[in-house]
Amino acid sequence: MRHIISVLMENEPGALSRVVGLFSQRNYNIDSLTVAPTEDSTLSRLTLTTSGDDARIEQITKHLNRIVDVVKLVDLTEGAHIERELMLIKVKAIGAQRAEIKRTADIFRGQIVDMTQSVFTVQLTGTGDKLDAFIAALGDNTVLEVARTGVSGIARGDKVLGL
Amino acid sequence: MLIRALHDEGVDILFGYPGGAVLHIYDAIFQQDKVEHILVRHEQAATHAADGYARATGKPGVVLVTSGPGATNAITGIATAYMDSIPMIVISGQVESRMIGSDAFQETDMVGVSRPIVKHSFMVQHASEIPSVVKKAFHLATTGRPGPVVIDVPKDVTDPKVKLPYEYPKDISLRSYQVPGKGHSGQIKKAVEALLSAKRPMIYAGGGVIQGNGAELLTKLTRKLGYPITNTLMGLGAYPATDKQFLGMLGMHGTYEANMAMHYCDVLLGIGARFDDRVTNSDTSKFCPDATILHVDIDPASISKTVTADVPIVGSVTAVLEEMLDQLGKSKSKVDKEALDIWWQQIEQWRDRKCLAVAPSTDGRIKPQQAVKAVYEITKGDAYVSSDVGQHQMFAAQHYPFDKPRRWINSGGLGTMGFGLPAAMGVQFAFPDAISVCITGEGSFQMNLQEYATCMQYQLPIKIICLNNQALGMVKQWQDMQYGGRHSHSTYSESLPDFTKLAEAYGHVGIRIEHYDELYSKLEEAFALKDKLVFVDIAVDPDEHVYPMAIKGGAMKDMVLSKTERT
Repeated sequence: MRHIISVLMENEPGALSRVVGLFSQRNYNIDSLTVAPTEDSTLSRLTLTTSGDDARIEQITKHLNRIVDVVKLVDLTEGAHIERELMLIKVKAIGAQRAEIKRTADIFRGQIVDMTQSVFTVQLTGTGDKLDAFIAALGDNTVLEVARTGVSGIARGDKVLGL
Repeated sequence: MLIRALHDEGVDILFGYPGGAVLHIYDAIFQQDKVEHILVRHEQAATHAADGYARATGKPGVVLVTSGPGATNAITGIATAYMDSIPMIVISGQVESRMIGSDAFQETDMVGVSRPIVKHSFMVQHASEIPSVVKKAFHLATTGRPGPVVIDVPKDVTDPKVKLPYEYPKDISLRSYQVPGKGHSGQIKKAVEALLSAKRPMIYAGGGVIQGNGAELLTKLTRKLGYPITNTLMGLGAYPATDKQFLGMLGMHGTYEANMAMHYCDVLLGIGARFDDRVTNSDTSKFCPDATILHVDIDPASISKTVTADVPIVGSVTAVLEEMLDQLGKSKSKVDKEALDIWWQQIEQWRDRKCLAVAPSTDGRIKPQQAVKAVYEITKGDAYVSSDVGQHQMFAAQHYPFDKPRRWINSGGLGTMGFGLPAAMGVQFAFPDAISVCITGEGSFQMNLQEYATCMQYQLPIKIICLNNQALGMVKQWQDMQYGGRHSHSTYSESLPDFTKLAEAYGHVGIRIEHYDELYSKLEEAFALKDKLVFVDIAVDPDEHVYPMAIKGGAMKDMVLSKTERT
C-alpha cells in the first residue's frame, strides 16, 4: 500500500542524505520526495511516498526515527489528510490544438502560465492521480516536458506536525 | 582544544595513526600527558583495538586517523563496531575547509563514506564547535543503542593559531534524540504473566544484555524462575556458562539442546537480542512455531524486524529486568513447577546427546576443540578471549564457557577477519594484568599481523592461540558440505610462513605444537611467559568441521550433528 510520510528534520548539512541513504541501504523504495525549510529555519520538512505492507512501513518509520537528525514524523496516510502535487507541463500547441489544450486545462483547473507560438506551459495542482489523468486526457497531443514536484501533504483537522 | 575536550570527557587512551591532516592534533598530543596515544601500524587495527577496549570495559573506544586513506582504512573497524553496537568515537582528519570538494591530496568524503555504518557523524565547521561536538558525539555513542560516531575535522579547524575561549559543556540535550528509559509497565506486566503461564519457557539473551550491563539482573531473574537460558554469540557471558540452567549458545552452530528448546518452547523471552538470521535460520516462518514471543530491546527498530513480537518492550535491559523482578515478586501467579519439571526432563534428554563431544584422534593429531578446552583449563576460565572469524571462533564460543560478561570479544555481526589481535591489544591496554588471549586461525591472523610491532612497542604480553588447519576452515567446511568438496581458493598450505620464526622476527616468542601429548605442557609453558607475547602455532586436524550446524532453510530444530548424523 502507498504511504505518505512527512518528516521534520534538522536543517543541517547531511540530514537529507541520511534519510535518502536509509532507503537505498535497507532496500526500501521512494516513489517521490519533496523537501524544503519550514517557518522555523532550523527545521526542514521532507515528504516522501513509499509503498509496502504494514510490517515494512513500520520498519521504515522506526528506522527514520532512529536517524539522529529526524525530529518527528507522521504517516499521513494513517488518517484524513490533504495531499497535493504541482506539475508544470509543456505541450506542443499549434492550430486547433491550442483551443483544445486550453479547454482541457480549464476542466482540470490548470492554468496556462507561459506560451509561445507553438508551445503551452500548463501549471496544474492536485493529487498524483489527477495529474496522471490530465496527461492521459491530453491524448494525442505531444507532451514535450513534464516537471512534477512530488507529493506534499498535511493532516486534516487540528492535528499538527510540530515541535 | 580537541584533546582537552577528550580529556574532559574522561578519555585516557586513544588509538591512532598520524598523517598530514591531523598534524596539529598530534602536536597537541605531544605537548600533554593526560591522554595516552597508542600508535598502531594500520588504521583498521586502531578501530579494532578501540573496539576491544570498549567491549572489555564498557567505556567508549576512541580512534584518531588522518584524512583519505587513514579514514578509509578505518571503515572496516567502524562497520564492525556498528554491527555489534559498540560505543566508539572516530576522529578523522579532513583537508582544509577551503579545499573540500576539490579532490585535494588525501581527501575523502568521510561523512559520506561512513554514513551507513555510523550511529551519527559530524563535520566540524569551526573551532568553536569542538567542545559541543565532542560532547554530543560521546552522548550519542554511549547512550541508547550504542554505536560508532565519526567526527570529521578539517585541518584549519585545529590550527593552533586560532585561539578561542574554551568551555566544556556539562550536559547536552538533542531535541531529535531521546534515549528510551524504562519499559512500559503494562507491557512488562503482560510479559511477566506470560512467563509465569509458560509450560515450556525459554530465555534467549543477546549482546544487548552485556552492553547494557544487565548480566547480573538477568542471572537473578533466570535463577528465580528456574527457566532454561541460551545466549547468542554476542551474549556469551550474559549468563554463567557453567551453570546448569545454561543450555549453551544457540543458532547456526549452537548446541542441540539450545536449538531444540528454542523450537519447542511455548513462551520465549528474547532480551537484548535481535533475532538475526544466524539465530533464526533463514526461514523465519518456521521459527519457534508454538511460542508467544516477548521481546525486550532498547532499539524499537530491532523489535518485529525479522520475527513479530507478541509483547514488545522498548527500554534499557537493566530498567526492564528490575521491573520484571519486582512484578514477579508481586504477581499472584506462580511458576508451573510440574510443567517445568517435565520440560527440564525433555531438555536433559536433548543435553544427553552431548552434541559438542569430540572423539580424540587415534594418531595424536590435535582436534581444534581440544586445543580450546586446554586453553580454558590452563587459564581457569578467567581470561579475556578475543577471537577472529571462522571455525576457530565457533570452536572457542562452544568450548570456552564464559561465566562473566565482557570476557568474550568477537566480531559477531560483521564477521571481520583480522579483528582478533588488535582487539586483544585493546583488552590488554584496558587490563594490563589480565590474561588477554587471542584465539585465531592462520588465515585471520595474517590479516592484521603488522600489529606484532605495536605489541612489541608497548610490551603487550598477549597469548595468541592459532588453530592452524592450513586452510580457510569455514569456507572449506561449506565447500565440503555444499560444493562437492571443491576447495576453491580456501587452501594455501604450501605458502604459509614459519609462524615461530615470524613471531621471533618481531621480538616475540613462537611455540609450535603438533602432537596431543605436548598440548598441555607447551601451552602451560606459553602462559608461564607472563611478560612476553607468545604465538602458539597449533597444528590441528584440518578435516574437522564445526557441528552442530543449522540446515539452511530449515527450522531451529533442523541441524547437522556430525559428518554422518542429522536431526
